[in-house]
Amino acid sequence: MSFLATLFRRREAGIAVMIVLFCLAVGIAKPQFLTLDQMRIILLLTPLIMIGAMGQMMVIVARHVDLSIGSTLGVSAMVSGMLYRFDATWLGFDVPWWTGIPLSIVVGALLGLANGVLIQLFRLPAIIVTLGTLSLYRGLTFIISNAKQIDRQWIPSELKGLSQTSPILGIPWIIFIAFGIAILTYVFLMHTRLGRQVYAIGSNPVAAPLRGINVTQVTLLVFTLSGALAGLAGILYASRWGFVNPSNTGSGFEFQVIAAVVIGGVSINGGVGTVLGTVLGVLLLGCVAAALPLLGIPGTSQAAIYGAVILIALLIDRTVRQQGIASLRRARA
Amino acid sequence: MSAIETQPAVQDAAPARPRWQVLLVRPETMTFVLLVLGIFAGGLLSPFFLDINYILKSFTLYAEFAIVALVLTMVIIGGEIDLSPAANMALSACIFAWLQQAGVPIPVAVLIGLASGLVMGTINGLMVIGLQLPSIIVTIGTLTLYRGLAQIIAGDKSIRVPEWFIGVDRIMVAGIPLPVVIFIALAIGLGVVLGGTIFGRQIYQIGTNEVAARHAGIRSARIKFGLFLLVGIVASIAGIMTASRLGSVRYDLGLGGELQMVLMAMLGGTYIFGGRGTILGTFLAAWLLVIVSTGMIVANVLPAVQLVVLGSLLIVSIIATNFIYSRTQR
Amino acid sequence: MTNAATTTADTPLISARGISKQFAAIEVLRDVDLDLGRGEIHALLGENGAGKSTFAKILAGVHRPSRGSLALNGTPVEVTSPIVAQKLGITLIHQEPISFPDLSVAENLVLGRTGGSPLGRVPWARITRDANQLMNLLGIRIDVTRPMRGLSIADQQMVEIARALASDSRLIIMDEPTAPLTPNEVETLFGIARRLRDEGRTIVFITHRLEEVRALCDRVTIFRDGSKIATEEIGKLSDADIIRLMIGRPLKEYMHKTRAAIGEVALKVEGLTLPGVFSDISFEVRKGEIVGLGGLVGAGRTDVARALFGVAPATSGTVTINGKAEVITEPSQAIALGLAFVPEDRAVAGIFRTLSVEENITAAVPGQIAPGGMIKRALERTLAQDSVRKLRIRLASLRQPIGELSGGNQQKAILARWLLTDPSVLILDEPTRGIDIGVKAEFYDMIGELAAAGRAILLISSELPELLALCDRVLVMSEGRLTANLSRAEATQESVMRAAVPQTRETIAA
Repeated sequence: MSFLATLFRRREAGIAVMIVLFCLAVGIAKPQFLTLDQMRIILLLTPLIMIGAMGQMMVIVARHVDLSIGSTLGVSAMVSGMLYRFDATWLGFDVPWWTGIPLSIVVGALLGLANGVLIQLFRLPAIIVTLGTLSLYRGLTFIISNAKQIDRQWIPSELKGLSQTSPILGIPWIIFIAFGIAILTYVFLMHTRLGRQVYAIGSNPVAAPLRGINVTQVTLLVFTLSGALAGLAGILYASRWGFVNPSNTGSGFEFQVIAAVVIGGVSINGGVGTVLGTVLGVLLLGCVAAALPLLGIPGTSQAAIYGAVILIALLIDRTVRQQGIASLRRARA
Repeated sequence: MSAIETQPAVQDAAPARPRWQVLLVRPETMTFVLLVLGIFAGGLLSPFFLDINYILKSFTLYAEFAIVALVLTMVIIGGEIDLSPAANMALSACIFAWLQQAGVPIPVAVLIGLASGLVMGTINGLMVIGLQLPSIIVTIGTLTLYRGLAQIIAGDKSIRVPEWFIGVDRIMVAGIPLPVVIFIALAIGLGVVLGGTIFGRQIYQIGTNEVAARHAGIRSARIKFGLFLLVGIVASIAGIMTASRLGSVRYDLGLGGELQMVLMAMLGGTYIFGGRGTILGTFLAAWLLVIVSTGMIVANVLPAVQLVVLGSLLIVSIIATNFIYSRTQR
Repeated sequence: MTNAATTTADTPLISARGISKQFAAIEVLRDVDLDLGRGEIHALLGENGAGKSTFAKILAGVHRPSRGSLALNGTPVEVTSPIVAQKLGITLIHQEPISFPDLSVAENLVLGRTGGSPLGRVPWARITRDANQLMNLLGIRIDVTRPMRGLSIADQQMVEIARALASDSRLIIMDEPTAPLTPNEVETLFGIARRLRDEGRTIVFITHRLEEVRALCDRVTIFRDGSKIATEEIGKLSDADIIRLMIGRPLKEYMHKTRAAIGEVALKVEGLTLPGVFSDISFEVRKGEIVGLGGLVGAGRTDVARALFGVAPATSGTVTINGKAEVITEPSQAIALGLAFVPEDRAVAGIFRTLSVEENITAAVPGQIAPGGMIKRALERTLAQDSVRKLRIRLASLRQPIGELSGGNQQKAILARWLLTDPSVLILDEPTRGIDIGVKAEFYDMIGELAAAGRAILLISSELPELLALCDRVLVMSEGRLTANLSRAEATQESVMRAAVPQTRETIAA
């Protein structure tokens, strides 16, 4: 009981325990799971999801959801890919390899801002708007690329190098970038006034304006950040996989990210969630994904696991909430 | 004490609007006008469009989504949403196809496929009504889960169905493809249920004000649960119809179909916050969508542009519907 | 605060002149003049709807006055929003405080405080230190790093008070703060209030409890029907004076129906209990009898009605309807047993705003308009038309959305809905709230007629004249218990009010 109580009270501790138990269990069955090499594989599975999860987490903490991030990732990656492919034709010179990074981030931010504007200014439910832009942005990816993939030879090797070369300990740059983003998100959410306002509007949207919080501004900000981070994930996708495909790139990304975020203890009712929890949620999904081939489970079962994870997280969230309400009742009686 | 502040305005009864005005500002009217315009534009584009058989044939490609959209309309009017039916279609079809490949007689495989649809509807219903979780997030979860299970069953391969089972869309009933007949029949049936029966009436009442509905003795939990079950079973029927039309089943059957279904409902004037909408609207919207999609194909528009158009249509249609309803409500 | 140089000790902290407030056509506050001095605890008293809360909300910027002006330290001010009020040093503490449940206590104290850039660093260490300091100052033990969610109401109020102090509020308004508190918590609250007064701050205290006013307050202002009736030092008024001032309006004469013949018991309730809400409620209502249920808002009257109707069932006790014991867990079941319930909040629990009037009227009788499941429009039209005629509902068309009707006509439509079920027991919860005087009289006639037709009626009302004029018997609830069962002869404004106002705190502590 006390173990369960801790698990419920400190969700981060709970997930950490789950990760350890899971790794031990798999490690007993397949000892090679517990090698350093395997840890590297796990880490390599996670950076894109981690970056996307930071944005999604802010959106969910603010009591919304963003289904469009997979398509946003696709558009951002494709815009940069097209630039790499056609820079000589369009501009008459080759752009530096890093140009795609700010470009993708800006494209993503604009797409995210568009979501925010539709949701906040027209008072539409985020889920329907982003379901629409999920399709709209995916279509854009096809249109700008003329439905053609950007192949390996067009992606600058320095960009690809971000996923292969390492500054230290054999850990590639891309992982440092992901953890860097997580740290920045942590600083923003925990240590700036604006960051705290994200929690405030999610925790009590009615009271927030009464305390002088500009709900429109904060809402637009979280959707823009979510888009910008999806854009960053987009250019890193090109780095990691060395191609950008109009239909595959980013497709289904939103479900992986939502699964990571909700298992990480971010409440769909808004106001609750930590960066640490989300990071652990991402790592847990990474461990599961890495363990599947070792255990002889086909990779095709991943999607089902994401779905199950979302539902289980919902149930845990509900249990926690019910306990909260029950203790409140007891306090009042 | 706050009672004073919440008192509604005391005012004299406003005069009722003239009937024609009431009709004119209905969202279905907008859908209908767009449909006529669409057919007209299509006719200019290509003579194919004036060929009813061509349109009917095109419709078979969308009939399964349209059939589910009819039931989804009722769910949305009742104040909930279900994003999982497209995944449900895939899983039911995969279960069916896998069983028949494993040697189970086709009728039994079909029945099990339908039963699985019912089970999926039950899971949604239990989580939304039993556990009081928001249907939006629950069905995002089950959408991922059902699609994932389909992927586990079918893997990356497609499962073929026997020759004789293929071609539900080529069966003609009085010159109309069977899926279209089913769609029309279901639309009439559900239209009567929603517009003419107590069950339908109570769906509107629940979607308008669930607290008041409960106070009036309406068993809202029971009715909403029934709707989730209905979506589940109808989605599995649609899934097996798709299997027959395509001749083989892959886990990505109907991928992204939730968008088209929600779009049909929204385009037909169903109010995203519940309580308003009609089967007629969704019925017209389904045809409108077919005309638009086919028109783009005929005009040699990239298939990808369709995605853009569908997404934009969804957003524009909720904005328009919300606008119309906010104008007709004091 | 800042302009102390221009003020003298005699200038009132706040002076209100001619404050009036209208909601739609109803004037809920009329020409209120009031001065609040520094370092006083000032009670606002009055019946439900007398206007005291509206006045408080105007001070705190929740509402804007329709007419009149406010001056702070002699300087005219416009309190346009709660944020402006906060900046002026005015804090309103709601009975159930508004907070951010997922954020820590310390953060709730400072959230939204202006100053600093949006990306400025949140000084957690200082926030926690300051919060602890405030808690120590107030003498309350709350871990300031824990989330608000799960704090007791009393502690949440303390946090609100601390917040007022954190922003150095000079005027703290407490709207019925003691209702959800235990006696010990009330004592703590009073101690803090006195200390704040001694520091020179002003406390406005809204309550129903006379003994609390005596224990705590320096002066008292009494509201009635939207007007200020009196402002007096508490020592100069006896309890009887106060009650007289609160209810002193002339008893309006309503048309009395010929008394119906009172028959056998239709509804009998014994020991009905829902822990924390109401307990041990027992009464009976006979056929043809109108039983009033009086008491202050929050006394548990509506909860009893909701329990009887199966909306929020009681956990123990028995309900007997027409001689048969029943356990009701669903409204549909209650309806089948011949119960009907016109709820208090029409917009939330009564009408389907965007649906047609006829559909609203027939909502509870599906069997009558759709024998066999299919709705027979003609049948529905006839039923609705009959109701409209009988209840004299004024409308343009039966197909018109009910939201377009006036409040009184909406309420008639809801009553019509329930009359179609031919109920033997009719529960009316504040049926005339927010309704024109003229339509009210019609309602009184109708209620009389319904009783004359042999129905048992339970009438919940906060309007004393209404209870006294219409009812054969008046039950009174206070803090979740029945405190009086008065015959028509015994029921007077004084006797009902006396039973409604909580006298001692021990009753709920037990």
